[in-house]
Amino acid sequence: MIKMKNVYKKYANGVVASNGINIDIHRGEFVYVVGPSGAGKSTFIKMIYREEVPTNGEVHFDNINVGQLQQKEVPKLRRRIGVVFQDFKLLPKLNVYENIAFALEVIEETPAEIRKKVNEVLKLVGLTQKARMFPNELSGGEQQRVSIARSIVNQPELVIADEPTGNLDPETSWDIMDIFEKINARGTTIIMATHNKEVVNTIRHRVIAIEGGIIIRDEIGGDYGYE
Amino acid sequence: MNSETLKRHFRESFKSIGRNRWMTFASISAVTVTLIIVGVFMTMMMNLDKIATNLEEDVEIKVLVDLAADDAAIKELEKQLKDNPKLTEIEFSSNEEELEIMIKGYGEEFALYKQGNPLRHVFYVKATDPQDTIKVAKEIEGYDYAFEVKYGEGKVEKLFNILNTGRNVGIVLMIALVFTAMFLISNTIRITIVARKQEIEIMKLVGATNSFVRIPFILEGIWLGILGAILPMILITLAYFNLYDYIQPKLEGELFQPLSKTPFIYQLNGLLLLIGIFIGAWGSFMSVRKFLKV
Repeated sequence: MIKMKNVYKKYANGVVASNGINIDIHRGEFVYVVGPSGAGKSTFIKMIYREEVPTNGEVHFDNINVGQLQQKEVPKLRRRIGVVFQDFKLLPKLNVYENIAFALEVIEETPAEIRKKVNEVLKLVGLTQKARMFPNELSGGEQQRVSIARSIVNQPELVIADEPTGNLDPETSWDIMDIFEKINARGTTIIMATHNKEVVNTIRHRVIAIEGGIIIRDEIGGDYGYE
Repeated sequence: MNSETLKRHFRESFKSIGRNRWMTFASISAVTVTLIIVGVFMTMMMNLDKIATNLEEDVEIKVLVDLAADDAAIKELEKQLKDNPKLTEIEFSSNEEELEIMIKGYGEEFALYKQGNPLRHVFYVKATDPQDTIKVAKEIEGYDYAFEVKYGEGKVEKLFNILNTGRNVGIVLMIALVFTAMFLISNTIRITIVARKQEIEIMKLVGATNSFVRIPFILEGIWLGILGAILPMILITLAYFNLYDYIQPKLEGELFQPLSKTPFIYQLNGLLLLIGIFIGAWGSFMSVRKFLKV
Protein backbone atom coordinates (compact mmCIF):
# COMPACT_ATOMS: atom_id res chain seq x y z
CA MET A 1 0.00 0.00 0.00
CA ILE A 2 2.79 2.38 0.90
CA LYS A 3 6.18 2.11 -0.70
CA MET A 4 9.14 4.42 -0.10
CA LYS A 5 12.17 4.24 -2.37
CA ASN A 6 15.42 5.97 -1.37
CA VAL A 7 13.53 8.82 0.25
CA TYR A 8 15.72 11.76 1.16
CA LYS A 9 14.39 14.91 2.77
CA LYS A 10 16.44 17.97 3.59
CA TYR A 11 14.73 21.05 5.05
CA ALA A 12 15.61 24.61 4.09
CA ASN A 13 17.49 25.01 7.41
CA GLY A 14 19.83 22.17 6.43
CA VAL A 15 18.32 19.48 8.68
CA VAL A 16 18.22 16.07 6.99
CA ALA A 17 15.10 14.32 8.32
CA SER A 18 15.12 11.39 5.96
CA ASN A 19 18.35 9.95 4.64
CA GLY A 20 17.54 7.17 2.21
CA ILE A 21 14.44 5.44 3.57
CA ASN A 22 13.13 2.28 1.86
CA ILE A 23 9.99 0.65 3.17
CA ASP A 24 6.89 -1.34 2.23
CA ILE A 25 3.72 -1.20 4.31
CA HIS A 26 0.87 -3.51 3.38
CA ARG A 27 -2.87 -3.01 3.51
CA GLY A 28 -4.34 -3.85 6.90
CA GLU A 29 -1.07 -3.58 8.82
CA PHE A 30 -0.65 -1.81 12.17
CA VAL A 31 2.75 -0.15 12.27
CA TYR A 32 4.44 1.73 15.11
CA VAL A 33 7.07 4.27 14.14
CA VAL A 34 9.45 4.78 17.06
CA GLY A 35 12.67 6.68 17.69
CA PRO A 36 14.05 9.59 19.71
CA SER A 37 12.73 13.13 19.26
CA GLY A 38 14.04 14.71 16.07
CA ALA A 39 14.78 11.30 14.52
CA GLY A 40 12.56 11.96 11.51
CA LYS A 41 9.34 10.18 12.57
CA SER A 42 7.06 13.12 11.85
CA THR A 43 8.66 13.79 8.48
CA PHE A 44 8.23 10.11 7.64
CA ILE A 45 4.48 10.22 8.20
CA LYS A 46 3.98 13.73 6.80
CA MET A 47 5.44 12.61 3.48
CA ILE A 48 2.69 9.98 3.21
CA TYR A 49 -0.17 12.49 3.30
CA ARG A 50 1.94 15.06 1.49
CA GLU A 51 2.30 17.69 4.12
CA GLU A 52 5.97 17.35 3.21
CA VAL A 53 7.45 16.47 -0.17
CA PRO A 54 10.66 14.39 -0.41
CA THR A 55 13.73 16.19 -1.77
CA ASN A 56 14.73 12.99 -3.56
CA GLY A 57 13.30 9.51 -3.94
CA GLU A 58 9.70 8.32 -4.25
CA VAL A 59 6.76 7.87 -1.90
CA HIS A 60 3.93 5.77 -3.33
CA PHE A 61 0.40 5.37 -2.00
CA ASP A 62 -1.02 2.47 -4.02
CA ASN A 63 -0.14 3.57 -7.55
CA ILE A 64 0.11 7.26 -6.75
CA ASN A 65 3.52 8.88 -6.67
CA VAL A 66 2.74 11.21 -3.76
CA GLY A 67 5.73 13.50 -4.24
CA GLN A 68 4.88 14.11 -7.89
CA LEU A 69 1.19 14.72 -7.24
CA GLN A 70 -0.20 17.95 -8.68
CA GLN A 71 -1.54 20.40 -6.11
CA LYS A 72 -5.11 19.91 -7.26
CA GLU A 73 -4.84 16.13 -6.85
CA VAL A 74 -3.74 16.37 -3.20
CA PRO A 75 -7.31 16.62 -1.76
CA LYS A 76 -8.21 13.29 -3.42
CA LEU A 77 -5.23 11.60 -1.73
CA ARG A 78 -6.08 13.09 1.66
CA ARG A 79 -9.65 11.83 1.47
CA ARG A 80 -8.21 8.32 1.54
CA ILE A 81 -6.14 9.03 4.65
CA GLY A 82 -7.27 9.98 8.16
CA VAL A 83 -4.83 11.90 10.35
CA VAL A 84 -4.82 12.08 14.17
CA PHE A 85 -2.58 14.56 15.98
CA GLN A 86 -1.05 14.74 19.43
CA ASP A 87 -2.72 18.11 20.00
CA PHE A 88 -6.07 16.88 18.55
CA LYS A 89 -6.48 19.90 16.25
CA LEU A 90 -10.18 20.33 16.95
CA LEU A 91 -11.96 23.54 16.05
CA PRO A 92 -12.85 25.17 19.37
CA LYS A 93 -15.94 26.92 18.07
CA LEU A 94 -17.55 23.76 16.71
CA ASN A 95 -19.16 21.15 18.93
CA VAL A 96 -18.22 17.46 18.86
CA TYR A 97 -20.78 16.59 16.20
CA GLU A 98 -19.80 19.54 14.00
CA ASN A 99 -16.08 18.81 14.35
CA ILE A 100 -16.65 15.33 12.98
CA ALA A 101 -19.22 16.34 10.36
CA PHE A 102 -16.75 18.93 9.10
CA ALA A 103 -14.62 16.19 7.47
CA LEU A 104 -17.65 15.02 5.50
CA GLU A 105 -18.93 18.48 4.55
CA VAL A 106 -15.55 19.14 3.04
CA ILE A 107 -15.95 16.19 0.68
CA GLU A 108 -19.51 17.29 -0.11
CA GLU A 109 -21.45 14.39 1.42
CA THR A 110 -25.23 14.73 1.60
CA PRO A 111 -26.72 15.82 4.96
CA ALA A 112 -28.40 12.43 5.40
CA GLU A 113 -25.11 10.58 4.84
CA ILE A 114 -23.34 12.96 7.20
CA ARG A 115 -25.87 12.32 9.99
CA LYS A 116 -25.64 8.57 9.53
CA LYS A 117 -21.84 8.36 9.40
CA VAL A 118 -21.22 10.81 12.26
CA ASN A 119 -23.62 8.94 14.54
CA GLU A 120 -21.88 5.70 13.67
CA VAL A 121 -18.41 6.92 14.60
CA LEU A 122 -19.69 8.69 17.70
CA LYS A 123 -20.93 5.30 18.84
CA LEU A 124 -17.60 3.65 17.97
CA VAL A 125 -15.60 6.15 20.06
CA GLY A 126 -18.25 6.20 22.82
CA LEU A 127 -19.19 9.89 22.62
CA THR A 128 -22.82 9.74 21.53
CA GLN A 129 -23.90 11.45 24.77
CA LYS A 130 -21.44 14.30 24.32
CA ALA A 131 -22.18 15.16 20.70
CA ARG A 132 -23.38 18.70 21.55
CA MET A 133 -20.48 19.59 23.84
CA PHE A 134 -17.61 21.83 22.82
CA PRO A 135 -13.94 20.75 22.89
CA ASN A 136 -13.12 22.86 25.97
CA GLU A 137 -15.81 20.99 27.91
CA LEU A 138 -14.12 17.64 27.23
CA SER A 139 -11.17 15.84 28.85
CA GLY A 140 -7.99 15.25 26.82
CA GLY A 141 -8.96 11.64 26.18
CA GLU A 142 -12.40 12.64 24.96
CA GLN A 143 -10.92 15.27 22.69
CA GLN A 144 -8.60 12.67 21.20
CA ARG A 145 -11.58 10.41 20.60
CA VAL A 146 -13.29 13.21 18.68
CA SER A 147 -10.12 13.65 16.64
CA ILE A 148 -10.04 9.90 15.90
CA ALA A 149 -13.73 9.94 14.99
CA ARG A 150 -13.07 12.79 12.56
CA SER A 151 -10.18 10.89 10.99
CA ILE A 152 -12.20 7.74 10.33
CA VAL A 153 -15.64 9.15 9.55
CA ASN A 154 -15.12 9.04 5.79
CA GLN A 155 -13.84 5.46 6.04
CA PRO A 156 -10.26 6.05 4.94
CA GLU A 157 -8.02 3.17 3.91
CA LEU A 158 -5.21 4.45 6.10
CA VAL A 159 -5.12 6.23 9.46
CA ILE A 160 -1.96 8.06 10.41
CA ALA A 161 -1.54 9.02 14.06
CA ASP A 162 1.25 11.30 15.25
CA GLU A 163 1.79 10.69 18.99
CA PRO A 164 -1.93 10.17 19.67
CA THR A 165 -1.34 9.32 23.33
CA GLY A 166 1.40 11.92 23.87
CA ASN A 167 -0.83 14.27 25.88
CA LEU A 168 -2.85 11.63 27.71
CA ASP A 169 -2.54 9.85 31.04
CA PRO A 170 -1.77 6.09 30.90
CA GLU A 171 -5.32 4.93 31.58
CA THR A 172 -6.80 7.12 28.87
CA SER A 173 -4.04 6.00 26.51
CA TRP A 174 -5.27 2.41 26.79
CA ASP A 175 -8.79 3.50 25.88
CA ILE A 176 -7.48 5.30 22.85
CA MET A 177 -5.38 2.30 21.80
CA ASP A 178 -8.46 0.16 22.15
CA ILE A 179 -10.23 2.34 19.57
CA PHE A 180 -7.27 2.10 17.18
CA GLU A 181 -7.33 -1.69 17.56
CA LYS A 182 -11.01 -1.71 16.63
CA ILE A 183 -10.35 0.45 13.58
CA ASN A 184 -7.50 -1.82 12.51
CA ALA A 185 -9.70 -4.89 13.01
CA ARG A 186 -12.07 -3.44 10.38
CA GLY A 187 -9.24 -3.63 7.86
CA THR A 188 -7.94 -0.05 8.05
CA THR A 189 -4.16 0.28 7.90
CA ILE A 190 -2.68 2.20 10.83
CA ILE A 191 0.66 3.97 11.05
CA MET A 192 1.34 5.43 14.47
CA ALA A 193 4.36 7.46 15.54
CA THR A 194 4.71 7.04 19.28
CA HIS A 195 6.93 7.39 22.34
CA ASN A 196 4.66 5.18 24.43
CA LYS A 197 6.86 2.27 25.42
CA GLU A 198 4.13 0.51 27.45
CA VAL A 199 1.75 0.53 24.53
CA VAL A 200 4.29 -0.73 21.99
CA ASN A 201 5.52 -3.49 24.28
CA THR A 202 2.02 -4.63 25.27
CA ILE A 203 0.02 -4.44 22.05
CA ARG A 204 2.53 -6.00 19.71
CA HIS A 205 2.64 -4.94 16.06
CA ARG A 206 5.27 -4.18 13.45
CA VAL A 207 7.82 -1.67 14.78
CA ILE A 208 9.85 0.62 12.54
CA ALA A 209 12.62 2.43 14.43
CA ILE A 210 14.03 5.60 12.88
CA GLU A 211 17.19 7.38 13.98
CA GLY A 212 18.99 10.19 12.18
CA GLY A 213 16.62 9.88 9.22
CA ILE A 214 17.33 6.18 8.56
CA ILE A 215 15.48 2.99 9.50
CA ILE A 216 17.64 1.14 11.99
CA ARG A 217 15.13 -1.62 12.79
CA ASP A 218 12.01 -3.05 11.16
CA GLU A 219 10.54 -5.92 13.13
CA ILE A 220 7.12 -7.56 13.14
CA GLY A 221 5.92 -7.97 16.74
CA GLY A 222 9.01 -6.08 17.92
CA ASP A 223 9.40 -4.11 21.13
CA TYR A 224 9.94 -0.43 21.76
CA GLY A 225 13.68 -0.81 22.19
CA TYR A 226 14.43 2.46 23.99
CA GLU A 227 14.61 3.30 27.68
CA MET B 1 -20.46 22.19 -6.52
CA ASN B 2 -23.85 20.94 -5.34
CA SER B 3 -26.56 23.11 -3.80
CA GLU B 4 -25.92 21.67 -0.33
CA THR B 5 -22.32 22.79 -0.50
CA LEU B 6 -23.34 26.23 -1.71
CA LYS B 7 -25.80 26.49 1.18
CA ARG B 8 -23.05 25.41 3.53
CA HIS B 9 -20.71 28.10 2.17
CA PHE B 10 -23.36 30.78 2.74
CA ARG B 11 -24.20 29.45 6.21
CA GLU B 12 -20.51 29.26 7.19
CA SER B 13 -19.78 32.76 5.92
CA PHE B 14 -22.64 34.19 8.03
CA LYS B 15 -21.71 32.12 11.09
CA SER B 16 -18.12 33.23 10.84
CA ILE B 17 -19.14 36.89 10.93
CA GLY B 18 -20.98 36.21 14.18
CA ARG B 19 -18.22 34.05 15.67
CA ASN B 20 -15.37 36.46 15.01
CA ARG B 21 -17.17 39.55 16.29
CA TRP B 22 -14.20 41.77 17.04
CA MET B 23 -12.47 40.98 13.80
CA THR B 24 -15.72 41.54 11.93
CA PHE B 25 -16.05 44.90 13.67
CA ALA B 26 -12.43 45.82 12.80
CA SER B 27 -12.87 44.86 9.14
CA ILE B 28 -16.19 46.67 8.78
CA SER B 29 -14.71 49.78 10.43
CA ALA B 30 -11.78 49.71 8.00
CA VAL B 31 -14.16 49.46 5.04
CA THR B 32 -16.40 52.20 6.48
CA VAL B 33 -13.59 54.68 7.09
CA THR B 34 -12.01 54.19 3.69
CA LEU B 35 -15.31 54.29 1.84
CA ILE B 36 -16.25 57.56 3.56
CA ILE B 37 -12.97 59.07 2.37
CA VAL B 38 -13.40 57.58 -1.11
CA GLY B 39 -17.02 58.78 -1.21
CA VAL B 40 -16.25 62.36 -0.17
CA PHE B 41 -13.38 62.51 -2.60
CA MET B 42 -15.49 61.11 -5.42
CA THR B 43 -18.27 63.61 -4.73
CA MET B 44 -15.76 66.44 -4.97
CA MET B 45 -14.09 65.02 -8.05
CA MET B 46 -17.32 64.36 -9.91
CA ASN B 47 -18.63 67.84 -9.16
CA LEU B 48 -15.38 69.44 -10.22
CA ASP B 49 -15.53 67.36 -13.39
CA LYS B 50 -19.06 68.62 -14.03
CA ILE B 51 -17.89 72.24 -13.66
CA ALA B 52 -14.91 71.51 -15.88
CA THR B 53 -17.22 70.04 -18.51
CA ASN B 54 -19.51 73.08 -18.25
CA LEU B 55 -16.54 75.36 -18.79
CA GLU B 56 -15.36 73.35 -21.75
CA GLU B 57 -18.77 73.24 -23.32
CA ASP B 58 -19.03 76.97 -22.96
CA VAL B 59 -16.08 77.50 -25.31
CA GLU B 60 -17.43 78.94 -28.55
CA ILE B 61 -15.91 79.40 -31.99
CA LYS B 62 -16.74 82.66 -33.73
CA VAL B 63 -16.54 82.49 -37.51
CA LEU B 64 -16.45 85.94 -39.15
CA VAL B 65 -17.87 85.89 -42.67
CA ASP B 66 -16.02 87.48 -45.57
CA LEU B 67 -17.50 90.85 -46.66
CA ALA B 68 -17.53 89.63 -50.24
CA ALA B 69 -19.92 86.80 -49.37
CA ASP B 70 -23.42 87.15 -50.82
CA ASP B 71 -26.45 85.28 -49.51
CA ALA B 72 -25.67 82.18 -51.58
CA ALA B 73 -22.10 82.16 -50.29
CA ILE B 74 -23.33 82.50 -46.70
CA LYS B 75 -25.70 79.59 -47.27
CA GLU B 76 -22.83 77.56 -48.65
CA LEU B 77 -20.63 78.33 -45.66
CA GLU B 78 -23.49 77.41 -43.33
CA LYS B 79 -23.91 74.10 -45.16
CA GLN B 80 -20.19 73.40 -44.88
CA LEU B 81 -20.32 74.06 -41.13
CA LYS B 82 -23.44 71.95 -40.66
CA ASP B 83 -21.97 69.08 -42.66
CA ASN B 84 -18.90 68.94 -40.43
CA PRO B 85 -19.60 66.22 -37.79
CA LYS B 86 -17.09 67.83 -35.44
CA LEU B 87 -19.33 70.89 -35.12
CA THR B 88 -22.58 71.45 -33.28
CA GLU B 89 -24.93 74.28 -32.25
CA ILE B 90 -24.38 76.34 -35.40
CA GLU B 91 -26.01 79.75 -35.07
CA PHE B 92 -26.03 82.57 -37.55
CA SER B 93 -25.94 86.16 -36.44
CA SER B 94 -26.22 88.90 -39.07
CA ASN B 95 -24.13 92.08 -38.90
CA GLU B 96 -27.25 93.97 -37.72
CA GLU B 97 -27.73 91.56 -34.85
CA GLU B 98 -24.05 91.88 -34.01
CA LEU B 99 -24.40 95.64 -33.89
CA GLU B 100 -27.42 95.34 -31.57
CA ILE B 101 -25.32 93.22 -29.23
CA MET B 102 -22.58 95.82 -29.35
CA ILE B 103 -24.98 98.68 -28.62
CA LYS B 104 -26.38 96.72 -25.67
CA GLY B 105 -22.92 96.01 -24.39
CA TYR B 106 -21.11 99.30 -24.98
CA GLY B 107 -23.77 101.99 -25.14
CA GLU B 108 -25.99 104.02 -27.42
CA GLU B 109 -23.15 105.90 -29.09
CA PHE B 110 -22.53 102.82 -31.16
CA ALA B 111 -25.97 103.32 -32.68
CA LEU B 112 -24.21 105.78 -35.02
CA TYR B 113 -22.85 102.82 -36.91
CA LYS B 114 -26.33 101.95 -38.05
CA GLN B 115 -25.65 104.33 -40.99
CA GLY B 116 -22.74 102.25 -42.23
CA ASN B 117 -22.42 98.97 -40.37
CA PRO B 118 -18.72 98.01 -40.30
CA LEU B 119 -19.42 94.63 -38.69
CA ARG B 120 -19.45 91.27 -40.40
CA HIS B 121 -21.98 88.47 -40.36
CA VAL B 122 -20.99 85.82 -37.85
CA PHE B 123 -21.50 82.09 -37.28
CA TYR B 124 -21.28 80.93 -33.66
CA VAL B 125 -20.41 77.25 -33.49
CA LYS B 126 -19.22 74.78 -30.86
CA ALA B 127 -16.99 71.75 -31.24
CA THR B 128 -18.87 68.48 -30.66
CA ASP B 129 -15.95 67.42 -28.46
CA PRO B 130 -14.75 70.61 -26.74
CA GLN B 131 -11.20 69.22 -26.69
CA ASP B 132 -11.27 69.46 -30.53
CA THR B 133 -11.93 73.21 -30.49
CA ILE B 134 -8.49 74.31 -31.63
CA LYS B 135 -8.18 71.68 -34.34
CA VAL B 136 -11.61 72.33 -35.76
CA ALA B 137 -11.11 76.10 -35.66
CA LYS B 138 -8.02 75.69 -37.83
CA GLU B 139 -10.09 73.56 -40.20
CA ILE B 140 -12.78 76.25 -40.54
CA GLU B 141 -10.10 78.82 -41.40
CA GLY B 142 -9.66 76.92 -44.65
CA TYR B 143 -13.31 77.32 -45.70
CA ASP B 144 -14.20 79.78 -48.49
CA TYR B 145 -15.79 82.96 -47.16
CA ALA B 146 -14.55 82.34 -43.64
CA PHE B 147 -12.70 85.58 -43.07
CA GLU B 148 -11.45 84.94 -39.59
CA VAL B 149 -11.97 82.33 -36.89
CA LYS B 150 -11.79 83.31 -33.20
CA TYR B 151 -11.98 80.93 -30.24
CA GLY B 152 -10.10 82.74 -27.46
CA GLU B 153 -6.68 81.60 -28.63
CA GLY B 154 -4.24 81.07 -25.79
CA LYS B 155 -6.92 81.22 -23.09
CA VAL B 156 -8.69 78.09 -24.35
CA GLU B 157 -5.45 76.12 -24.51
CA LYS B 158 -4.65 77.17 -20.95
CA LEU B 159 -8.12 76.34 -19.71
CA PHE B 160 -8.03 72.90 -21.29
CA ASN B 161 -4.58 72.26 -19.88
CA ILE B 162 -5.67 73.13 -16.37
CA LEU B 163 -8.83 71.07 -16.63
CA ASN B 164 -7.04 68.05 -18.07
CA THR B 165 -4.29 68.19 -15.46
CA GLY B 166 -6.93 68.52 -12.75
CA ARG B 167 -8.80 65.50 -14.06
CA ASN B 168 -5.65 63.36 -14.34
CA VAL B 169 -4.49 64.29 -10.85
CA GLY B 170 -7.97 63.41 -9.60
CA ILE B 171 -7.96 60.03 -11.29
CA VAL B 172 -4.49 59.19 -9.95
CA LEU B 173 -5.49 60.26 -6.43
CA MET B 174 -8.68 58.23 -6.64
CA ILE B 175 -6.85 55.09 -7.79
CA ALA B 176 -4.23 55.58 -5.06
CA LEU B 177 -7.00 55.96 -2.49
CA VAL B 178 -8.81 52.81 -3.62
CA PHE B 179 -5.54 50.86 -3.56
CA THR B 180 -4.74 52.11 -0.07
CA ALA B 181 -8.22 51.06 0.97
CA MET B 182 -7.73 47.62 -0.55
CA PHE B 183 -4.39 47.22 1.18
CA LEU B 184 -5.82 48.33 4.52
CA ILE B 185 -8.80 46.02 4.25
CA SER B 186 -6.86 43.02 3.01
CA ASN B 187 -4.54 43.48 6.00
CA THR B 188 -7.43 43.58 8.44
CA ILE B 189 -8.97 40.52 6.84
CA ARG B 190 -5.58 38.82 6.90
CA ILE B 191 -5.47 39.25 10.68
CA THR B 192 -8.89 37.60 10.93
CA ILE B 193 -7.71 34.77 8.72
CA VAL B 194 -4.43 34.28 10.60
CA ALA B 195 -6.59 33.71 13.66
CA ARG B 196 -8.31 30.95 11.70
CA LYS B 197 -5.17 29.39 10.26
CA GLN B 198 -5.83 26.15 12.10
CA GLU B 199 -9.30 25.89 10.61
CA ILE B 200 -7.85 26.16 7.11
CA GLU B 201 -5.09 23.69 7.95
CA ILE B 202 -7.60 21.11 9.19
CA MET B 203 -9.86 21.64 6.20
CA LYS B 204 -6.91 20.98 3.91
CA LEU B 205 -5.86 17.90 5.88
CA VAL B 206 -9.27 16.30 5.64
CA GLY B 207 -9.18 16.76 1.89
CA ALA B 208 -10.87 20.08 1.16
CA THR B 209 -10.09 21.57 -2.23
CA ASN B 210 -8.70 25.10 -2.35
CA SER B 211 -11.92 26.53 -3.71
CA PHE B 212 -13.92 24.83 -0.94
CA VAL B 213 -11.73 26.59 1.63
CA ARG B 214 -11.72 29.87 -0.20
CA ILE B 215 -15.40 30.40 -1.07
CA PRO B 216 -16.76 30.97 2.49
CA PHE B 217 -13.94 33.44 3.15
CA ILE B 218 -14.64 35.33 -0.05
CA LEU B 219 -18.37 35.40 0.74
CA GLU B 220 -17.51 36.69 4.19
CA GLY B 221 -15.35 39.40 2.59
CA ILE B 222 -18.31 40.38 0.42
CA TRP B 223 -20.64 40.65 3.45
CA LEU B 224 -18.02 42.74 5.24
CA GLY B 225 -17.75 44.98 2.19
CA ILE B 226 -21.53 45.43 2.03
CA LEU B 227 -21.87 46.05 5.77
CA GLY B 228 -18.94 48.47 5.64
CA ALA B 229 -20.53 50.39 2.76
CA ILE B 230 -23.88 51.03 4.50
CA LEU B 231 -22.76 53.84 6.79
CA PRO B 232 -20.74 55.73 4.14
CA MET B 233 -23.72 55.51 1.77
CA ILE B 234 -26.11 56.94 4.35
CA LEU B 235 -23.71 59.64 5.54
CA ILE B 236 -22.76 60.81 2.07
CA THR B 237 -26.38 60.84 0.89
CA LEU B 238 -27.48 62.93 3.87
CA ALA B 239 -24.50 65.25 3.59
CA TYR B 240 -24.93 65.76 -0.15
CA PHE B 241 -28.69 66.37 0.08
CA ASN B 242 -28.18 68.98 2.81
CA LEU B 243 -25.17 70.63 1.18
CA TYR B 244 -26.95 70.72 -2.18
CA ASP B 245 -30.03 72.39 -0.72
CA TYR B 246 -27.82 74.88 1.12
CA ILE B 247 -25.38 75.74 -1.67
CA GLN B 248 -27.39 75.41 -4.86
CA PRO B 249 -29.69 78.44 -4.38
CA LYS B 250 -26.65 80.61 -3.64
CA LEU B 251 -25.00 79.84 -6.96
CA GLU B 252 -25.86 81.93 -9.98
CA GLY B 253 -25.48 80.98 -13.61
CA GLU B 254 -25.26 77.56 -15.09
CA LEU B 255 -21.51 77.13 -15.12
CA PHE B 256 -20.98 76.39 -11.45
CA GLN B 257 -24.02 74.26 -10.69
CA PRO B 258 -23.37 71.11 -8.59
CA LEU B 259 -24.56 67.75 -9.90
CA SER B 260 -28.27 67.40 -9.21
CA LYS B 261 -29.07 65.04 -6.33
CA THR B 262 -30.46 62.27 -8.52
CA PRO B 263 -29.27 60.25 -10.30
CA PHE B 264 -25.85 61.30 -8.99
CA ILE B 265 -26.34 60.03 -5.45
CA TYR B 266 -27.69 56.68 -6.69
CA GLN B 267 -24.71 56.27 -8.97
CA LEU B 268 -22.29 57.20 -6.19
CA ASN B 269 -23.94 54.80 -3.72
CA GLY B 270 -23.89 52.03 -6.30
CA LEU B 271 -20.23 52.68 -6.91
CA LEU B 272 -19.40 52.70 -3.18
CA LEU B 273 -21.25 49.42 -2.72
CA LEU B 274 -19.39 47.87 -5.64
CA ILE B 275 -16.04 49.10 -4.34
CA GLY B 276 -16.92 47.70 -0.89
CA ILE B 277 -17.83 44.32 -2.34
CA PHE B 278 -14.78 44.27 -4.55
CA ILE B 279 -12.27 45.17 -1.86
CA GLY B 280 -13.89 42.75 0.61
CA ALA B 281 -13.76 39.86 -1.84
CA TRP B 282 -10.31 40.76 -3.09
CA GLY B 283 -8.94 41.24 0.44
CA SER B 284 -10.22 37.80 1.46
CA PHE B 285 -8.98 36.16 -1.70
CA MET B 286 -5.46 37.54 -1.27
CA SER B 287 -5.28 36.77 2.44
CA VAL B 288 -6.54 33.21 2.30
CA ARG B 289 -4.24 32.37 -0.61
CA LYS B 290 -1.24 32.41 1.70
CA PHE B 291 -2.62 29.66 3.90
CA LEU B 292 -3.69 27.27 1.19
CA LYS B 293 -0.28 25.76 0.68
CA VAL B 294 -0.66 23.13 3.42
